[in-house]
Amino acid sequence: MLPFIGSRLKQAALEVQEYVRLDLATFYALFTRPRYTHDIVEQFDVIGVGSLTVVLLTGLFTGAALTSQSGVTLDQFGARPVVGRLVSASMIKELGPVLTALMLTGRIGSGIAAELGSMVVTDQIFALRALGTDPIRKLVVPRVLAGILMAPVLTVISDFVGIFGGWIVARFQLQVASGVYWSSVTQGLYMQDVWMGLIKPFVLGFAIVTIACHVGLRTSGGTQGVGRATTVAVVAGSVAVIAADFFVTQVILAVLY
Amino acid sequence: MVEASTDGLTAEQILSEAGAPVIVFDQVQLAFDEQVVLKNISFTLLGGHTKIILGASGSGKSTILKIVTGLLHADAGVVWVNGERVDRLNEHEMMAVRADLGMIFQEGALFDSLTVRENVGYKLYEESDMPIEDAHRRVEEVLGFIGLGEYIDRMPSELSGGQRRRVAIARAMAFKPRILLYDEATTGLDPITATTVDEEIVKLRDLERVSSLVVTHQLRDAFYIATHMAVRGGDGKVKVVPATREKERQAEFIMLRDGLICFEGDADALRQSTDPYLRTFLS
Repeated sequence: MLPFIGSRLKQAALEVQEYVRLDLATFYALFTRPRYTHDIVEQFDVIGVGSLTVVLLTGLFTGAALTSQSGVTLDQFGARPVVGRLVSASMIKELGPVLTALMLTGRIGSGIAAELGSMVVTDQIFALRALGTDPIRKLVVPRVLAGILMAPVLTVISDFVGIFGGWIVARFQLQVASGVYWSSVTQGLYMQDVWMGLIKPFVLGFAIVTIACHVGLRTSGGTQGVGRATTVAVVAGSVAVIAADFFVTQVILAVLY
Repeated sequence: MVEASTDGLTAEQILSEAGAPVIVFDQVQLAFDEQVVLKNISFTLLGGHTKIILGASGSGKSTILKIVTGLLHADAGVVWVNGERVDRLNEHEMMAVRADLGMIFQEGALFDSLTVRENVGYKLYEESDMPIEDAHRRVEEVLGFIGLGEYIDRMPSELSGGQRRRVAIARAMAFKPRILLYDEATTGLDPITATTVDEEIVKLRDLERVSSLVVTHQLRDAFYIATHMAVRGGDGKVKVVPATREKERQAEFIMLRDGLICFEGDADALRQSTDPYLRTFLS
């Protein structure tokens, strides 16, 4: 039993070590040449524009459902008119960043792990290196840049669409006047909330993409291995999103509030 | 590159001469965890010559090529490539050495999101300052050389196995490296397609003066490469013909067994060997 636990611990430590090494190499490559500009632009398109639909739909229905549920609860206190305040605070501080990140994990994390994993098992990564290309600069940096910068953009879009979805439900189901809803949305927001909603997606975007790249680049075992890597990237990415969200929240609460 | 000089010649000049050593393995060892892959490997590849590495599956043939290109690092021993001691270079420093090395991987390892043109010209487009028009010209020239000019805009998935290997050869030779490493370039191909690939290897060696390290367990292909040579006829056409005795001696075989070299010599010596393991392998 002990040797088994020891071996699993060693394996976990190795994974962490390799993940940190990848992160450090990525940071170094981010600020040094050469850069593959067209790959960066392509990844902004794939990760940013490509994820727009799923993020729009997720945001819209989350905001709508949240308003619907909140309306019932607020009615118990006769506070239906302040439903906008609850929706905006929840969407911007928590649901927008986390749900957008989870959607990105499913869509982008799995895609990255599958793509890089396939390249590993078909020797394409070796071929890249043999042709004088650093795979971290060519494959990881563009994805990390796109992940870090597009996650906040998508989150902001998701927040707005969520609040808009909330307005539809508030106006037509809860019969809250539009003016009351929108003034409640803005009254309930403080600058600290906006900062929290903007800082989180940077961290979550970084976590999703670096975990997916790490898992993809360490794929082994042929096509079965690629399937495994895809699952691991999504599971590890989702857990990391939830965990990172908790810790970032604690840090921001301590620093800004 | 090495700047030391001998008899008025720089190391670079010496290395560029035909017959100078371009790859030297000296007592190289490598193990993956408990499994020893290479126990004590020493050999030298001379400029313009061919070294054919034979051995059973898992005997460490491909590992040798990966050590040459710095994709793997040896646990012990010394490896020289083009005058650089690569066993102590890091990934960044290896990039300069790889500029003169082309490698053809098993199954080709073509980038499946890129067209044949983009695959073949990858290094020229992405890793060099060559003007785009010149790069296009070079890609077309190389694809013409291997007879796949009309496939330039196809995707790798639209090619047959043999065509993929030939495109891989074109990709490896597009930037005119002085050393080409072939990792099972003909495995899994039918005899006719395999001969086409063998002929490309022979042509590159004899017409482009490329030094070749060929890993295979296909004896038929190994002997074809060792016993044939490419010549340009009076009409300018290239023909592959049986090699002269002198040319045959420029192709040497290495047989790996249990992480050691159990035979080294030319095609004649291999045929005449009485070693039971070699006889079993050859039969």
